[in-house]
Amino acid sequence: MKYTPIIGLEVHVELGTTSKMFCSCPADYFGKKPNTQCCPVCLGLPGALPVPNKKAIEQTILFGLAVHSTIAEESKFDRKNYFYPDLPKGYQISQYDEPLAMNGSINIKYQMSKIKNSDQKSKIIRIRRVHIEEDTGKLQHMVVGGKNVACIDFNRSGVPLMEIVTEPDFRSVDEVDQYVRRIQQIIRYLGISGADMERGSMRIEPSISLLDIKYQKSNIKDEELPKYRVEIKNINSFRFVRKALEYEIVRQTRLLESGVAIDQETRGYSETQNVTVSQRGKEDAMDYRYFPEPDIPPMRFTQDQILKIKDQISELPDQKSERFIREYGLTEYDTDHLIDELKTAVFFEKCVIVANTGVFKKANITPKIIANWIINKKTDLSINESQFIQNIASSLVVMTVSDEDIYSAIKHVLRVNVQAVEDFKAGKDQVKMFLFGNVIKELKGKGDKQIIMELLIKELRKI
Amino acid sequence: MNIRDYTIQSALKEMRAGTLRAKDLILSCLENIERYTETYNVLLSVAAKEDLLAEAKKIDSSGYDKPLSGIPIVLKDIFSTTSLRTTAGSKVLENYHAPYEATVVKKLREAGAIIIGKANQDAWAHGSTGENSDFGPTSSAYDIKYVAGGSSSGSATAVALGMCLASTGTDTGGSIRVPASFNNLVGLKPTYGRVSRYGIIAMASSLDSVGHMTKTVYDNALMLSVTAGIDPYDATTGQKSVSDYLSAISSLQSLKGITIGVSPDYLTVGKKATDGMNPELEKLTEEALGVFTALGATIKEIDLPHTKDALETYYVLCPSEVSSNLGRYDGIRYGNTRDAFGLEARRRIMIGTYTLSAGYYDAYYKTAQKVRTLVCQEFEKAFETVDVVFAPVSPSPSPLIGEFVNDPLALYLSDIYTVPVNLAGLAGLSLPAGFVGTLPVGIQLIGKQWSEERLYAISNVYEKKTEWYKRRPKV
Repeated sequence: MKYTPIIGLEVHVELGTTSKMFCSCPADYFGKKPNTQCCPVCLGLPGALPVPNKKAIEQTILFGLAVHSTIAEESKFDRKNYFYPDLPKGYQISQYDEPLAMNGSINIKYQMSKIKNSDQKSKIIRIRRVHIEEDTGKLQHMVVGGKNVACIDFNRSGVPLMEIVTEPDFRSVDEVDQYVRRIQQIIRYLGISGADMERGSMRIEPSISLLDIKYQKSNIKDEELPKYRVEIKNINSFRFVRKALEYEIVRQTRLLESGVAIDQETRGYSETQNVTVSQRGKEDAMDYRYFPEPDIPPMRFTQDQILKIKDQISELPDQKSERFIREYGLTEYDTDHLIDELKTAVFFEKCVIVANTGVFKKANITPKIIANWIINKKTDLSINESQFIQNIASSLVVMTVSDEDIYSAIKHVLRVNVQAVEDFKAGKDQVKMFLFGNVIKELKGKGDKQIIMELLIKELRKI
Repeated sequence: MNIRDYTIQSALKEMRAGTLRAKDLILSCLENIERYTETYNVLLSVAAKEDLLAEAKKIDSSGYDKPLSGIPIVLKDIFSTTSLRTTAGSKVLENYHAPYEATVVKKLREAGAIIIGKANQDAWAHGSTGENSDFGPTSSAYDIKYVAGGSSSGSATAVALGMCLASTGTDTGGSIRVPASFNNLVGLKPTYGRVSRYGIIAMASSLDSVGHMTKTVYDNALMLSVTAGIDPYDATTGQKSVSDYLSAISSLQSLKGITIGVSPDYLTVGKKATDGMNPELEKLTEEALGVFTALGATIKEIDLPHTKDALETYYVLCPSEVSSNLGRYDGIRYGNTRDAFGLEARRRIMIGTYTLSAGYYDAYYKTAQKVRTLVCQEFEKAFETVDVVFAPVSPSPSPLIGEFVNDPLALYLSDIYTVPVNLAGLAGLSLPAGFVGTLPVGIQLIGKQWSEERLYAISNVYEKKTEWYKRRPKV
């Protein structure tokens, strides 16, 4: 390919607070009967006023801290003015030039190739800003009395929405994929949102342009970036983010190759046709007429307040992974699986405790064994930990064979494979794997592999 | 009896003494409404008689134990009520019935007040004469050919004509003080954030104040002691406890030790901005100042050099916020389409949209915010040496209805004495100061933030001496 993609992301996450951003209506609108969770404030009725949700502000700061951002000591809300039927006030309360958090970063890991266990590289994605705003209502197109109509459900109107904006640091679709999964993981670890794409509580808007390959180097300066940027709206799954970006790369490559200069524009992604469609060109770019929201006084945060919020950060995925490797002697491959979802990691650690207590102590079930079982057996995490350890213990008993049985199996194998034994003696060390395989076969897979190998080598040396 | 001869104070006294009933007050209000509301174009909605009488009956059997038991009140039609429609004086909201009530309305009802009707006003509170109402202009109670003053036009005339004993208003750039002065009333624009704005249709959110018009200072203090305070539904209400305004009133017997600031900037700017102050009004203003001196106050000259910029600043910030606040009337909701917007609303939407636009924001909105800060600092400095600032309310008495209809700019200029107070979020009180011919005029006392009790105390001494409120309109 002659071009390298330059991608930046805006991720919107609905926070899982009890009440909405500026009123006391319940924020959990999913599956609720339309327009049953609204009040004068979130309906934008004349005279209604917003009162900010402290919890939502704290959660945004919490996320900002978790991704190493600088938290603003002074911040404010602004009005973003535009017309749309789902926006009842004619403006969205958002944050413009003083977001709650700025200049953060996140570390993503990505495979160098598609081969499992191939080298992982890590890369820092810079987070430009994190701010808080309110969600809009939702339009539903339906047929009522034989007529096509658009109905508005305001249950979602005013739900706290955190927006996370990156710098244009992604150079591949894989990096984007890793990043959004990472963001989702951190948000779930912090317990501030389910970040569920299917429910619409996490939404992604990538911006993509293509850069001539001659610029491809690790540090691309801002002025070297392409002069245009295509923003893609309305994407609601990881898979579609990938597909939309892949489609754009092909589309833009074709245009550039045929010598067409691409304009700044906003496109929408159509899931059914797997294409992006132009929505708004440069000349129709919105002027949101931002100005400070006069209904909400500016906010100030002391270092003390910020530190208090920082204290609420529990162990994040990266730290957990490091600790698991250190404390339990696991591999990075193991921990990647275990920490992926917080509940798996919690289950694992509870199991380690159970395995070290009472009747199970003797069974010598190591953290590594537990990890293997969880990873390989797709364990149902709803069973209790004791039951799970019990299962491991019983299967280990079944698998156990006496040393005598092992010895007799080894002796049998060495007897019938004379040539191999000769080769080993002649210095062909790798032959032992062949012999080992035969012993395992002889034992029908039972027994501890490590012990079997040790005994086999011992016997071979004797000869 | 005619309610025009009563104040809240005297009505409560008689009701509690058993010589007057709430029912009598309501019947008298209704009689005045019937007689004058159409000719003076005062009220846009009136509560049903049987409902009012039922409320009065309940109060008459309960002992008048609440601060405003049985007191008939008219609301500016910008206060959301569930009982009556809320139009904001605009055809856009001609048939809008709010599903909730403003905090102030709730507080007034809880205090025993009876909401008798809702008053005409400049549409969306845009104006200083009342003529921008989509329902036609309201006349001054003192001369039907002249405007009531705006934007709380009907609220003022309603009190003066005896359709109620007090009314509510909003003041974004003078909208309580101007009509109060044109109708011989006491009108308070409290400190920004003293009274909740929740449920009151916004004009310019950072400037809007909610206050009252009454015949006397005492009545006004009584109203404020009911409506003031922190509201969990309004994040801009100040975290300042409410003073005891009623006892503050009688805290001063004379004005000895009180320093009153007078800024020559006001007069020179007033002269430049308009064709000069009306000479008779100027004379009355000087006489009023003489009364303050006679009562013992010290007059001190102060500098308010940014007064000249206040008007321009106001007419950038106010339309900016207006353009955003009126965005919700998009034709999808509330019945009527945007075609129903009147000329003044359209003018402000266009100006505000322009001043907030990319490329113009810095030159207009941002610069205006900076000047606003300077205006605030200037007042802060002045209040280091004076208790209150004395100023006219308006450069002239009520204009004739239609006099300025083709000259909106001239009307903007007449806000010169009132808008600085809103820019700085201060308290301003308009007090009756005499008559130019048939037309009453007022003077203004400006106090620093949260100084309402001081303003009331000083005004009360002046009122006791002048008693202009006793002059009733000849109807």
